[in-house]
Amino acid sequence: MRKQFVSTLIDIANHDDRVVLLTADLGFMVLEPFAEHHPDHFFNVGVAEANMMSLAAGMAHEGLIPFCYSIATFASMRGYEQFRNGAVLHQLPVRIVGIGGGFAYGTAGPTHHALEDIALMRVQPGVGIVAPADDGQVDRALRDHYARPQPMYLRLAKETASHPELAGRFHWGRLEVIGDGDIAIVAIGSMTGVALEVRRRLQAEGIQTAVAVAASIAPAPTDDLVALLASKSACITIEDHRPIGGLGSLVAETIAGHGLGVRLIRSGVTDPVGETTGSEAFLRRRNGLDVDGLMAAVRRVALVPA
Amino acid sequence: MTGGTTARTLSSVRVRRLIIEQSKRAHVGHIGSALSVADILVALFSGTVDPEVDVFILSKGHAALAQYCVLAELGLITHEMLDTYCGDDTQLGVHPDHTLAGITFSTGSLGHGPSLGAGVALAKRIAGRPGRVFVLMSDAELNEGSVWEAVMFAGHHRLDNLTVILDNNGQQALAPTAEVINLAGVDQLVQTLGWESRRVDGHNVDALTIAFEARAPGRPLFMIADTVAGKGVSFMERQVKWHYLPVDDAQFALALSEIG
Repeated sequence: MRKQFVSTLIDIANHDDRVVLLTADLGFMVLEPFAEHHPDHFFNVGVAEANMMSLAAGMAHEGLIPFCYSIATFASMRGYEQFRNGAVLHQLPVRIVGIGGGFAYGTAGPTHHALEDIALMRVQPGVGIVAPADDGQVDRALRDHYARPQPMYLRLAKETASHPELAGRFHWGRLEVIGDGDIAIVAIGSMTGVALEVRRRLQAEGIQTAVAVAASIAPAPTDDLVALLASKSACITIEDHRPIGGLGSLVAETIAGHGLGVRLIRSGVTDPVGETTGSEAFLRRRNGLDVDGLMAAVRRVALVPA
Repeated sequence: MTGGTTARTLSSVRVRRLIIEQSKRAHVGHIGSALSVADILVALFSGTVDPEVDVFILSKGHAALAQYCVLAELGLITHEMLDTYCGDDTQLGVHPDHTLAGITFSTGSLGHGPSLGAGVALAKRIAGRPGRVFVLMSDAELNEGSVWEAVMFAGHHRLDNLTVILDNNGQQALAPTAEVINLAGVDQLVQTLGWESRRVDGHNVDALTIAFEARAPGRPLFMIADTVAGKGVSFMERQVKWHYLPVDDAQFALALSEIG
């Protein structure tokens, strides 16, 4: 996903000299091609995320479109006030690119696990939040939306993924829905693979589900959620993020706000502080964010009528 | 300055009177900071800053009243608008808001201005555009770590279109700076990090005007303006309490009589 981001951004910058890429000294073996193609539009600002966010606001004020690259935790939190008082308050087209949302940095440990980044970004008014499911969505989302006037947070996974069911579809403020059934699984971008595998397995058992990929978290896909959930008996959200403030909250707010009668299960990171660390696969499994965990969650609502 | 404003001559006395009058009317403090930067702003906006190409950032947002008074004197905002200072439904809060004519960036949280200024300066260089960036910050703002991120960045990237003016009044909210975090030697420090450091009397408008003309090729300019908090009002000068206090009737009359 990172390489797709860089490759698409190089192409965009070939045609639009407003694009600049800033990094807080991260992106080894990833960002070099951009630096080679656009050396005058690439800046390693050093390990200084707060400065990076205000620099970007200053540059955007002058008409540039700065992308600020770092690991999702540092990108979203270290310069948070600078982002709030800069890009958000002045509504400038600064793009934060957070790498490795969720547990992607695995054994690097809790300082590197971005589990509340979406919550932090959702509470800032007018910030677009995009969490693509695969390389196709990264490409589409960037090409179609990089020049929008408001600030954005782009949450990228580390691994390369491709979901043929999506065929690269991405729409601002919309869900991408795959299949249909009495139960809806709403997945944030990075959990799409798990959701689609669960859909396939359940299909083999005769249980039909709709998988809705929420890659556009903000603007919220409210209309699509209401349309999707109006006819469902149950909805399971799955996100590699704390259940507070992220996708699960977004869906809960939508259900409550529209008086929908659908039962909601929010799957997210419930590890207490101080837990052991491990690989991304291990940490997802421990929090029920793998295929087995989601299968179990679906079975619970499928077997127990609402 | 553009046509409508060149005809007007800024006066430090006039700006100081407005500061005292507005803070009295609104019953709001931060008078000491506003009086501290009054002459710097008069020098900057008497021809140094070209609004067509230059950008000014008041990093020490709590001195915004001084900038509002300058904007009113220049005719960029009306005196009626100035009278809304710190009222309800106003654009003129204690800290500056970019939606107000003449304000480029909203500030108020300390330590943001140098980074914003470096970003503007870098963007101008990338785009090949003319213009200088002036950032006015307080000495206590040097306590903020992000300032040093910006200082290192601007020095490394040789942003010689950037000028940071330090309102060096030696005071911060609770105590003299020397008692909180001693800043002696900051001139050598920034010099080491690639800046040109200069010193100027922060209450001598002519000296300030000449100092602002200085450019150091390949080096951003760090202008230490030695100032006195509360300058022009004897009982406020160098008194930490006037960082926050508003004036009462007797103090108001005395302050105006001293300013002249």
